[in-house]
Amino acid sequence: MITRRNFLKNTALGIAGAAVPLTALEIVDPKKLFAQVEAETTSVRWVFLVDTYKCVGCGLCVKACKLENEVPYDANVTRTWVERYVRTKKGNMYADTPKGARDGFMTAKIDQNAEGLKDISSEGIEKAFFVPKLCNQCENPPCVQVCPVGATYQAADGVVLVDRTWCIGCGYCIMGCPYGVRFFHPVYHTAEKCNFCYHRINKGLKTACVQACPFGARQVGNIKDPNDPVTQVIRTQRVGVLKSEFGTKPQVYYIGLDEEVR
Amino acid sequence: MKNHVLRPLFVVIGIIVLILLARMVLVPKDFGAHERGYMYGWHRRGNEEDWKKFKVKYQGAEYCKDCHADKYDSIKKTPHTIIQCENCHGPASDVTSDHYSDQRPKLTIDKSRAQCLRCHFPLPYPSSGRSKIKGIDPDKHNPDIECSTCHNPHNPMEGLR
Repeated sequence: MITRRNFLKNTALGIAGAAVPLTALEIVDPKKLFAQVEAETTSVRWVFLVDTYKCVGCGLCVKACKLENEVPYDANVTRTWVERYVRTKKGNMYADTPKGARDGFMTAKIDQNAEGLKDISSEGIEKAFFVPKLCNQCENPPCVQVCPVGATYQAADGVVLVDRTWCIGCGYCIMGCPYGVRFFHPVYHTAEKCNFCYHRINKGLKTACVQACPFGARQVGNIKDPNDPVTQVIRTQRVGVLKSEFGTKPQVYYIGLDEEVR
Repeated sequence: MKNHVLRPLFVVIGIIVLILLARMVLVPKDFGAHERGYMYGWHRRGNEEDWKKFKVKYQGAEYCKDCHADKYDSIKKTPHTIIQCENCHGPASDVTSDHYSDQRPKLTIDKSRAQCLRCHFPLPYPSSGRSKIKGIDPDKHNPDIECSTCHNPHNPMEGLR
C-alpha cells in the first residue's frame, strides 16, 4: 500500500537518481583512450644535445635559466646546473656544483660539503671536465607515473610539464626522478622542473640556456625531423645518455660522457 | 529485508552519488588522457597553453641590433662575439617602453669581476674548452678594480684604456 511517506521518499530518490548523468559514472574507457592516442601523434619530439668538450663551466646558462623561468635567484634550487668532475692521478674522483654553478667556477678548490674545500694542484689532475645537467624529458618518465593527481604529465612533443594549479605538493615526483632534476618552487610550493623553456621552443626560439651558452655546448632539437642538426649528430655520432639502466629512455644526449658521470 | 538493514546501504549510495557529482563539477572539462595515453598523458589540457603563454625574457642579440648597431658590429669582430648581449646586460624584456625615453630605466649591467672570471679564471682542465681560455689570477691582477676600467668588454683585443 502506498503511504504518503513512502510516496514522497521514492519520488525524492527517483529525482536524485535521474539527476546523475551517465557521464558522471564513467570512469575510464580503455578503448576510447587508445583510439585517442593513435589519432593524435605529432611530428615533434624535443630532445637536447650537450657537448661536454665545449662546456667551460661559465654558468651563464644557469643564470639565464633562473631569470627566464622566474626561479628565485638566490634560492639554492635551479632547473639546470653544471657539474665539475676532477679525477686525480692518484685515482680519486671529486665532483661539485657550487650554487648549481650559477656564478661559474671561480676556484680550483672542489667543494666537498662537510669535508670542506679540496685543493687539487693542476699537476695532480688526470682528467677534468664540466657536465651541464637538466631534465631528460624521459620517454618513460617515472616522475609522471608516480603523480597521484595528474598534475605532471607528458605533452605530445615529449616535454614533461607540471600543472601548478593541480599539484598538491606531495613530492613523490621529486623522489621518483632518478636524475634529481625536480624540486619545490620556493614561491609556488609546487613541483618544479626544466621544461625545455616550453614557452620559447613553441615560438621557434631556442631555450634560454642554449641561447646564453657562448660555446655551443647546448643544443635543442626535434628528433622527428631528419634534417635537424641535433638529429644528425645523435644519429651519426657517438652519444650517451645518463643512467640508461633505469629504462627511463632519457632524451638528453651527451657527447664526451664519462662513466664517472651519474 | 528489514528497513534498518538497508538504511546504511542507501547512505553509502548517497555518498557515492555526491562524490561523483562533486567530481563532475570540480574536474575541468579538458582533463583526460591525451596523446601520451593514460599512464603519461593524464592531465588538464589547458595547462599546455598556460605554459606556452609564459613570458619570454631573453630576446637574443638580434633584438638589440637595430638600435645599438655600433656595439653589435664592434663586438662581432672580436672573440667576444660568441657572448650574447643579455649575458652581461640582463634580459631585454625587463626593458619597459620607457627604454626609449630620456629617463629610461637602464638595464643593470653586470660589470663585476665575477662576471669576467666565469671564463677567465684559469682552470687547466684537459678535455674541457676551459683550458684554452686565457685567464688571470684574480688575487694578483689588480684585485680592487673592475675589469672594464682597463679592458673594453666589447673589444677586448684593442689596447688598454
